[in-house]
Amino acid sequence: MRTPIAFFLVLSGILFSVGTAGVLLRRNALVIFMSVELQLNAVNLALVAFARMHGDLRGQVLAFFSMIVAAAEVVVGLAIIVSVYRRRLSVDVDDASELRG
Amino acid sequence: MPLDNVVFWVFGPVAVASAVGMLFMRNAVHAALFLIVNFMCLAVMYLLLDAPFLFAVQIIVYAGAIMVLFLFVIMLLGVDRHEDLRERLRGQRIMGLALAAGAALEIGLAVRAGIGFGRHVPPSTLSGTAETLAKPLFTTYFFPFEVTSILLIVAAIAAMVLAQRKARAVTEAEARALNAERATGAQEMAP
Repeated sequence: MRTPIAFFLVLSGILFSVGTAGVLLRRNALVIFMSVELQLNAVNLALVAFARMHGDLRGQVLAFFSMIVAAAEVVVGLAIIVSVYRRRLSVDVDDASELRG
Repeated sequence: MPLDNVVFWVFGPVAVASAVGMLFMRNAVHAALFLIVNFMCLAVMYLLLDAPFLFAVQIIVYAGAIMVLFLFVIMLLGVDRHEDLRERLRGQRIMGLALAAGAALEIGLAVRAGIGFGRHVPPSTLSGTAETLAKPLFTTYFFPFEVTSILLIVAAIAAMVLAQRKARAVTEAEARALNAERATGAQEMAP
């Protein structure tokens, strides 16, 4: 007997919640960004688990695409964090409270 | 206990523990290292779910490329800065924790109502190797696949534009001063 799918889904839910807590509680922009990555990974795990449950490979294809988009998103997000740091000398999200540059 | 369950119960708790560790680490480098452990555990989960190709991609792309990028930026911005832990919004910490716990509870209930714990152990009919994944990727999903390549190029250019330091044009007076400095330096060097 193999591991039930529900276990993977619950693990994915726990990791997603921890990522949510990280986004809400931390104030270092880099750690917030890492928490967002954790959330993305949790959703990927759920996608792969559902692909296995339904015996359908398309879930894995979608997870693959989501990894590619996440890579592009990380590149742009980190560049934005670096340019905000150059301007304000801070990575604290509370310091970047104006839309003005 | 079958081997699958053993692997799950070894790597599942490690994944949760490393995620919680990332949440509570004050130093950004430690948080990044915990996140790498978490990504490795998720890669093992993909292996359990018959997705060996995603297992490799997870390690190469996430634990490799993305986390190296994170560590690079942390080093660039200075590792020794510590987060100010005083909360400026009143009650945000409690509300944030409550919201996260609520999300976990809700997902648990949804799983229980949807497919139920312990049931649904389908016989493995698929395996996501590079070969089987390549077939839909290069036939049905060929257009989105090509679009992602454009997305990656745009992202790379955007990163360069956003992060570049503006090169300051050298004024004429500065150039003259620089040249004079060079000239006196050359004279001193001469015997």
